[in-house]
Amino acid sequence: MRVIVNGVSHELDVDRNVPLLHVLRDALGLKSVKLGCGLEQCGACKVLVDGAPEFSCRRTVGEFEGMSLVTLEGFANETLHPIQQALLDHNAAQCGYCLSGILIAARALFDANPRPSRREIQIALDDHLCRCGAQPRILNAFCELSANG
Amino acid sequence: MADRAELPPSLVRNPELDQWLTIDAEATVTLRTGKVELGQGILTALTLILADELGVEPVRVRVAVTRTGVAPNELVTAGSMSIEQSGAALRQAGAWARRLLLAQAATVLDADVATLDIADGIISAPGGNQTVSIWELQGGRDFGTTIDELAPERSPTEHRWVGRGMLRVDLEPKLRGAGVFLQDLELTGLCHARVIRPPGPNHRLARFDRSRIEREPGLLGVVVDGSFLAVLAESEYDAIRIAGRASAAARWHDAERLPEVADLSAYLVANESAAFPLREGVPVEAEVPPLTWPLGARRVVAEYSRPYLMHASLAPSAAVALLNLDGHLTVWSHSQGIELLRGCLARALRMDTDKISVVHTAGAGCYGHNGADDVALDAALCARALPGRPVMLQWTRQQEHQWEPYGPAAHVRMEAALDERGRICGWSHDVWGFTHMGRPMPGGDGLNLLAAGHLAEPIPRAVPRPALRAEVGIHRNAWPIYALHAPRVVKRFVADSPLRTSSLRALGAHANVFAIESFMDELALAAGHDPVEFRMNHLDDRRARAVLERVVALAGGLDCPSPGTGTGTGTCTYTKPSRGRGVAVARYKNQASYAAVVVQVAVDPDSATISAEQVWIAADAGQVIDPDGLVNQLEGGAVQSLSWTLKEAVEFGRDGVTSTDWDSYPILRFSEVPEVMTVLIDRPEEPSLGAGEATQGPTAAALGNAVFAATGLRLRDLPMTPERLRRTAAGPGDA
Repeated sequence: MRVIVNGVSHELDVDRNVPLLHVLRDALGLKSVKLGCGLEQCGACKVLVDGAPEFSCRRTVGEFEGMSLVTLEGFANETLHPIQQALLDHNAAQCGYCLSGILIAARALFDANPRPSRREIQIALDDHLCRCGAQPRILNAFCELSANG
Repeated sequence: MADRAELPPSLVRNPELDQWLTIDAEATVTLRTGKVELGQGILTALTLILADELGVEPVRVRVAVTRTGVAPNELVTAGSMSIEQSGAALRQAGAWARRLLLAQAATVLDADVATLDIADGIISAPGGNQTVSIWELQGGRDFGTTIDELAPERSPTEHRWVGRGMLRVDLEPKLRGAGVFLQDLELTGLCHARVIRPPGPNHRLARFDRSRIEREPGLLGVVVDGSFLAVLAESEYDAIRIAGRASAAARWHDAERLPEVADLSAYLVANESAAFPLREGVPVEAEVPPLTWPLGARRVVAEYSRPYLMHASLAPSAAVALLNLDGHLTVWSHSQGIELLRGCLARALRMDTDKISVVHTAGAGCYGHNGADDVALDAALCARALPGRPVMLQWTRQQEHQWEPYGPAAHVRMEAALDERGRICGWSHDVWGFTHMGRPMPGGDGLNLLAAGHLAEPIPRAVPRPALRAEVGIHRNAWPIYALHAPRVVKRFVADSPLRTSSLRALGAHANVFAIESFMDELALAAGHDPVEFRMNHLDDRRARAVLERVVALAGGLDCPSPGTGTGTGTCTYTKPSRGRGVAVARYKNQASYAAVVVQVAVDPDSATISAEQVWIAADAGQVIDPDGLVNQLEGGAVQSLSWTLKEAVEFGRDGVTSTDWDSYPILRFSEVPEVMTVLIDRPEEPSLGAGEATQGPTAAALGNAVFAATGLRLRDLPMTPERLRRTAAGPGDA
């Protein structure tokens, strides 16, 4: 089966019933995609699917045939994407395990609406758990990005 | 030679200068620490300290991997002590290295040592014509020096980075999605394992039908040792899939069920307990003093409680283990105490300690002792079945929720007397709780690693014993910060906990400060005083007074500026939309950072939901090393405490824990987090104080005080769920 990941087309020889997350992490080595619960409850595993953030920990890779996926590895080259830079500038993290999923959700939000309100940002990130309590500074970072956007 | 007792404890344990730092050959400096990065930003703060003390730019400092036998042994990264311990040690190491390097430079440059200093690794003779670098002098070579006295440290006015901070050293790779976490390790030949746990805490494996999984593709092995059951497979998903099949192929003996616990407070108070009165904060084995009250004084009594709480790390605990063909075992772990873990693994596996290495590798935030150590033994047991191949074992989300060692429940009974002027003239604080001391320790009678108790030759858990040092466990922050005459404070240790418990961030400080600071508001109300004024009337500690004043000023007072406002007098209802603010103050462990917190809540009448809208924090952590890192810890602590206090309780029945995932154990979400504003009172002349656990207690109490201001309802039992608010509003007997 074929999927496009970070702009590159891959012909995958994998069991179609394996959850997408395991194919991305193990077959393609995209370690940014995080296993947090395997239950679609925490958001750590989200990836962009044709531009929309989707859980990858339960849905099987077969469901994504022919689709275009983006993981955090597809965001930046030398320079960081503005949403990554915003978090860096604000030290907006503690342990960082949740960051990948949050950046995926924020990317989809800002691509659709470059000037989201604080409330809109909160709603867009509401699938994402952060146990360290870094949410206030993540929100501040994205609010500032929105104001400057 | 100076008294070694003056040296920071980490240096007494690890006195060789070369244990702490190396001047590299290539214009960098390697920093070694026994403390580990848990997301708290400690490596950034330690980098700043060493860079300033030695005299190099922080970008030149490289932090070495923390590995047993190589890194200094600093026991456990816990208790908000990393700056106080590792920071103090590295500052001395930097001062020692600077002194030795300047002495060498004085000879090379033929200059008076008193005229020399190091600037970004370069030492210039007066006039600046001749220079020598620390890399030329010492690059790649050991100092071979034992630190046996205090070297003179730089004064705060010489600091360029301490107090100013820098971007987190570990953040950019995480933002780029680089595989920096233990779960991302890529090692040659890596395979995966999953453990199949018993259905309840006391179940034993009766039978396992191996034939039902033997033909599964990808299967590499099965480990059955007593009731420890695990499968090994080529890929992670193979391991997950086969573990599911294996679970269905296991039969378990019926087991003793957990006790029926309808009411945790009642369970704690009714159970057998050992009582220890505190003297100046230290529990002693003595008769509990009777409650005595001045004649004619007005008495106020209130009881508070919190349930078991979960660390609930965002990543299930994981470890990688590799048993080399020569018999050496290497374990990659996100444990907070890799040296202790090493000793415990040796006991559980009946191996020599020197045949085991533990390498710290980043995990998700743990907030205390979670499943990190337990899973390391699980992985090691699997690695033994497949020598020569590294085995990664990650728990499932349900296993993390059901098997981690929880933060213990607590019950607190406060009683005080007020004199005719409304001053406290009697004070009593009884706190019941289970042990917070569940970490695996190599010595002692038992072994606190989960799987050790499941083996065919089981090693049972250590018998919990009351900790009688100052400011630990159940009685942490039970001693009041206020200037009170002869406070009666009693620790009541209940050994028999239905659930396994250990250290969760802040330990007893969450329940004790919640109780004390809620009670201070209740007393202020009884005395007819303003809550801030009432506290000030009983507070001598000038630093505590300062943070309290600052936070109230920062919030612009305790009155809410917007309509629908609670006035602090209380209306005993939540039938109208209402807002309120509350305040609380504490000094963590009565010896670390001061923090005062104001919380503003809104209470929704339809859903009975309490929302934290705004939080203001003022803190004094002595000399500030990394201001933004400090603010991050204080804020994160406050948000985590809001989550604990508003939403969280580990639910369990007679067959085990029923809080098995994020739906059954909800935590605070993005849509529910408040805006947080923090000010620091920097005191460069004072020692740096730990702050990672300073805001949990005050935030919980400020929240309860704000709910009272908004509704007139006093919530004394946590969490402050809508159901609790409704029951409290329904009246006594029900709440």
